[in-house]
Amino acid sequence: MTDILLIMFAITLLYMSIANRLLTYIRLLVLQGFLLFGVTFLALNQINVANLVLILLETVIFKAVAVPLFLNRVIKRNNITRIAEPFVPNFISLIIITLILVITIVLSNSIKDTNLDKTFFVVALSTLFTGLYIITTRRKIITHVMGYLVIENGVFILSLAVGNEMPMLVNLGIMLDIFASVFILGIFFNKIGDVIQDPDVNQLRNLKD
Amino acid sequence: MISIFLPGAILISVLLYFNRNKIVNYSLVIFYALFLATFAIYQAFHQNSIELGFFKSDALGVLLLLTLAVVAIFALFHGYRYIATHDESRKSRGLFFSAMTMLITATGVAYLSNHIAVTWIFVEITTLSASVLIYHHRNTQALEGVWKYVFICAISITFVFIGILFLSLSLKQTGVEDLSFDSLRDNYAQLNPFWLRLAFLFIFTGFTAKLGLVPMYTAGIDAKDKAPAPAGALFSSVLMNLGFVGIYRFYAIVARTEILPWANTIILIAAFLSVFVATVYMTRIKNIKRMFAYSGIEHMGLVMLGLAAGGIGVYAAILHIVLHAFVKPSLFFQFNQVYRVYHSKSIYDVGNYFKYNRAGAIVLLLGFISSTAMPPSGLFVSEFLIFQSLFVSHHLIILFAVLILLTMIIWGFGSNMFKLLFTPPMIINEARIPKISPWESLSQYLLLAFAVYLAYNPPMYFVNLIQDAVKLLPQ
Repeated sequence: MTDILLIMFAITLLYMSIANRLLTYIRLLVLQGFLLFGVTFLALNQINVANLVLILLETVIFKAVAVPLFLNRVIKRNNITRIAEPFVPNFISLIIITLILVITIVLSNSIKDTNLDKTFFVVALSTLFTGLYIITTRRKIITHVMGYLVIENGVFILSLAVGNEMPMLVNLGIMLDIFASVFILGIFFNKIGDVIQDPDVNQLRNLKD
Repeated sequence: MISIFLPGAILISVLLYFNRNKIVNYSLVIFYALFLATFAIYQAFHQNSIELGFFKSDALGVLLLLTLAVVAIFALFHGYRYIATHDESRKSRGLFFSAMTMLITATGVAYLSNHIAVTWIFVEITTLSASVLIYHHRNTQALEGVWKYVFICAISITFVFIGILFLSLSLKQTGVEDLSFDSLRDNYAQLNPFWLRLAFLFIFTGFTAKLGLVPMYTAGIDAKDKAPAPAGALFSSVLMNLGFVGIYRFYAIVARTEILPWANTIILIAAFLSVFVATVYMTRIKNIKRMFAYSGIEHMGLVMLGLAAGGIGVYAAILHIVLHAFVKPSLFFQFNQVYRVYHSKSIYDVGNYFKYNRAGAIVLLLGFISSTAMPPSGLFVSEFLIFQSLFVSHHLIILFAVLILLTMIIWGFGSNMFKLLFTPPMIINEARIPKISPWESLSQYLLLAFAVYLAYNPPMYFVNLIQDAVKLLPQ
């Protein structure tokens, strides 16, 4: 069952590579949040209940509800246009994400470690690289933030792979999630909206040598 | 003592944020400086004691904590001068000192952390407090600087976390669940080399954002440029040392395993590229503050070359970061006064500094000699030892390439510095130049002299600390 959820998660990455509208990205992040909720529920069966409830609440409230709602508000408040404006055509993006998936599968098959759950490893790594890819190929600052959220989801999956042995690391991962997202989004994006009229990365190119 | 220092320092930081009264504000800052000094001295007298389960005052931690205490006290004094000369509002003054104390506290505690996850948490706190300082001026450029800094640091902190996850994967079969550095060093034989490689790659890349090394160095440059100079001084000295501590403690584990040659190659490549990038920028840069920041990249590149070369190079690397932490802040502190004279960072708008502030001009001259490692600079000793270690470990091509690059750096640094000191500026309204007391340069002289003293006539205690820190690596 976890495998099905994780594979669905990988499919959302493919969809994300060809998504045109910012709203689609937000919906995909919501879907990813719910998928992670399911994965956490099924995978972490050996840790104590209080900790599990904390982690589950975090995935649902934070990843699936609060951050997407907040992203939506930021987009409305700053009058950001609805298009994601990638630098590369969607078709090429799709091929690159597919390549990322294939390469991580090949890489994970070369690992001779029987303790490793390979689905976790493949999905986590490809999510990580997809996030980096989204950051490098999209023009708007808000899509950079979304790429960062995708990276965090990948890190969360990876932390679930060791979650039963070291639940402390999952908790730390949650701390990273909350700290970085709240900080980047909350304090900060409001400020960018106030100071810069058009939230485009080209506005942030004054500091150079 | 950490159980007193950490809550106490956080309390002071919160009080500074809420307080609006000038006298209370400054007395809190003075009290904090004394508190920090007491803490550092206490730790120095209680070496290798374990506190709160996660902190251990080993030689490396104590050495850098003492360095931090010296630099931080001067930085707080210059912070006070900075605020006094800029007519800051009460709110921004409170926020500035609150963030400064938080940054210093988090850095100091992170030095002593003996657990990789605890180090990670405090590194994250330094990012938070540093970003407040970078955004001090509340304008578009500061916003750009802080956005880049926060975003790159967030990604690099995620990288470190991924590295920690891989590290825990490499421990999965062994049954060891303790991620403290001591336990990892003891159980090195059981670590799975494949996962350890991945862990090293990610943790190293992550900490380069703080250390200022290729690939993540970019954010730090903008940060040091846009932050007020006293904060920039902290970023370019003690915060870089924090990145070094993170990498060094993890390297001490890797150095015991079979992947050491591979790890050394990675470090050598990153370090050489850092020196190269620093050379490219420093030979054509026109912004003085950014030039100082790039000089830091060059020095960290040299430090990592020493570490990868091994032997005497490790000793030299630790000596180099300590001396660099005294030399670089003095340039940043002095730059603040330069800016008050010319109101510009561009090399085209400045010049003839000897005429306007003689004491300060001599600081800049000595700072230039110090940071380009010409004798009698203290850094000369450590750089010489680093080159010696490169020679002994047969990295001759790297050695010659680095020597050529360093010559170019001296040329680039020198041509800008001498322009600032001796050539008259294009346009200047001499009536508007403020009179700056020579006393404000005193702390810079002290720092520079201290670096020379530690290099040429080191006290036994200092040498022992470095030697104990080197002993973290297998001999």
